[in-house]
Amino acid sequence: MDELYRLTAHEARDLLRKGEISATELTQAVLDRIHAVEDKVKAYITLTPEIALAQAAEADKTFVQARKEGRAHTLPDLLGIPLAVKDVISTAGIRTTCASRILENYIPPYDATAVQRLRAQGAVILGKTNTDEFAMGWSTENSAFGPSHNPWDLTRVPGGSSGGNAAALAADETIIAIGSDTGGSVRQPAGFCNLVALRPTYGRVSRFGLVAFASSLDQIGPMTKDVTDAALVYEAIAGHDPRDSTSVDRPVGEVRRALGQEVRGLRVGVPREYFGEGIDPRVADVVRQALRVLEDLGARLEEISLPLTRHSIPVYYIIAPAEASANLARYDGVRYGYRAEAATLWEQYKRTRGRGFGPEVKRRIILGTYALSAGYYDAYYLRAQKVRTLIRQEYEAAFRRVDVIAGPVAPVVPWPIGWAMENPVQVYLTDLLTISQAIAGVPALAVPAGFSDGLPVGLQLVGRPFDEETLFRLAYAYEQATQWGKKRPVIE
Amino acid sequence: MALTREEVEHVAWLARLELSEEEIVRFQEQLSAILEYARMLEHIDISQVPPTATVLPMRNVMREDEVRPSLPRDVVLANAPEKESGYFRVPPVLEDTE
Repeated sequence: MDELYRLTAHEARDLLRKGEISATELTQAVLDRIHAVEDKVKAYITLTPEIALAQAAEADKTFVQARKEGRAHTLPDLLGIPLAVKDVISTAGIRTTCASRILENYIPPYDATAVQRLRAQGAVILGKTNTDEFAMGWSTENSAFGPSHNPWDLTRVPGGSSGGNAAALAADETIIAIGSDTGGSVRQPAGFCNLVALRPTYGRVSRFGLVAFASSLDQIGPMTKDVTDAALVYEAIAGHDPRDSTSVDRPVGEVRRALGQEVRGLRVGVPREYFGEGIDPRVADVVRQALRVLEDLGARLEEISLPLTRHSIPVYYIIAPAEASANLARYDGVRYGYRAEAATLWEQYKRTRGRGFGPEVKRRIILGTYALSAGYYDAYYLRAQKVRTLIRQEYEAAFRRVDVIAGPVAPVVPWPIGWAMENPVQVYLTDLLTISQAIAGVPALAVPAGFSDGLPVGLQLVGRPFDEETLFRLAYAYEQATQWGKKRPVIE
Repeated sequence: MALTREEVEHVAWLARLELSEEEIVRFQEQLSAILEYARMLEHIDISQVPPTATVLPMRNVMREDEVRPSLPRDVVLANAPEKESGYFRVPPVLEDTE
């Protein structure tokens, strides 16, 4: 079989179980693909081909044995499937940099729970993907290792912060990936690169081993080439973990059963704020087409209003930096990471942090520390937390009327590399449509919706807390009706 | 509201973050713009609204207080920039006069 690297996980799983391909062939095909295009795409920070091939060989042994015993169909879905891991998620024995100089040589002694669960299924780790430093950004331009490139147009960003994952998936440099989403970081790059991504309900996936950015917002989620793969990865990583006290003890169920189920009669809310000021009309046009498809499938569209959408931006840019300023206090050059030598401990802290962190991280530490400091706490942090309550209530009210909320993933198409660096504050506004879901803690899924001038546009579906199933059901029906995700870029 | 140079310096001190002259000036400008943008929150009536610290309905997750294995000392020290006799080594603390 040619071009094994183009397979989805579920396609590869079926071939692996039948013995038509081996995990080693599949992994080698993806590694060859990486070798061929990585120079142009720059999706990875660290590659682990030896580990990948060793894991693939192990998987092959399991397949051979299971086929002999006639039980290959009972093996885990992701056995032998190549996986990319965003470089803010801990991998035991594999360098985890957070795309920061301060962790350039850090090797975690343990796996994140999500990684551990994927390893337990037998997924094959290809390497660690690029991200904005500590996941702070929208384009990977804030990476200490340089930006990744969007395979659909190499002069443009792949989105962020999980942009390395998105670039790798779109360029077929991996089969599946996991990223983290604090304000849109799996959904926006999926939208920018014609991919599927899920931000699960806050608490669904353990954050143990996810390097903390903003703890009340961070959530790990799958990034994949289609909806079915997203369901398989989500099932693998979701579920209670005693090592994360914010992980919820509630059954995940088999969301794959939702795939292919009827969507007729689903009530889909369309917030007018998602198509108004600040939204590129070309993006709005593509997404309106997508809404018509949902209507053709039998969904009932209803115009709704979420007036606090705009306010979610300042709420986020107070709460996330405030939490980050506390979380990033641990990087002091004592226990791990970069250390700038100095005569006194005090000087060493300042110098280590001043030289180890990049500009966006420093900007957010300063902003967050300011918002928490004496005299400003009530005016900024407490006020933002109160508006956060109102944003949650706005969603609760909306979900009394509708089952799903739909709109664009991002208000813009992928921008040319360099723009965010020149406009570090204006770029905050491009988070407009992905932030409020993180603030409210509701799940949201991005699915390919077509193109505007050759650049991908994503459809976002937002659901009730813990109702990922309905998102998968609707996204799958839409995907089957449109097949946008099947289009792949030509990398030249 | 514009941030003064002293405010940026004070916050950088609280955060134990060395900033260059150029960064102080740049952050003063950029953070003022962000805080100005945040003023839109002042127009929302929050007088009767409780704050949200976490979206989860649960509070105070408890577990049994039992002894469990932790990482071995050499593994914990493996990433340390400098170590000595099983400890992290740092420059003198007491001489610090700031």
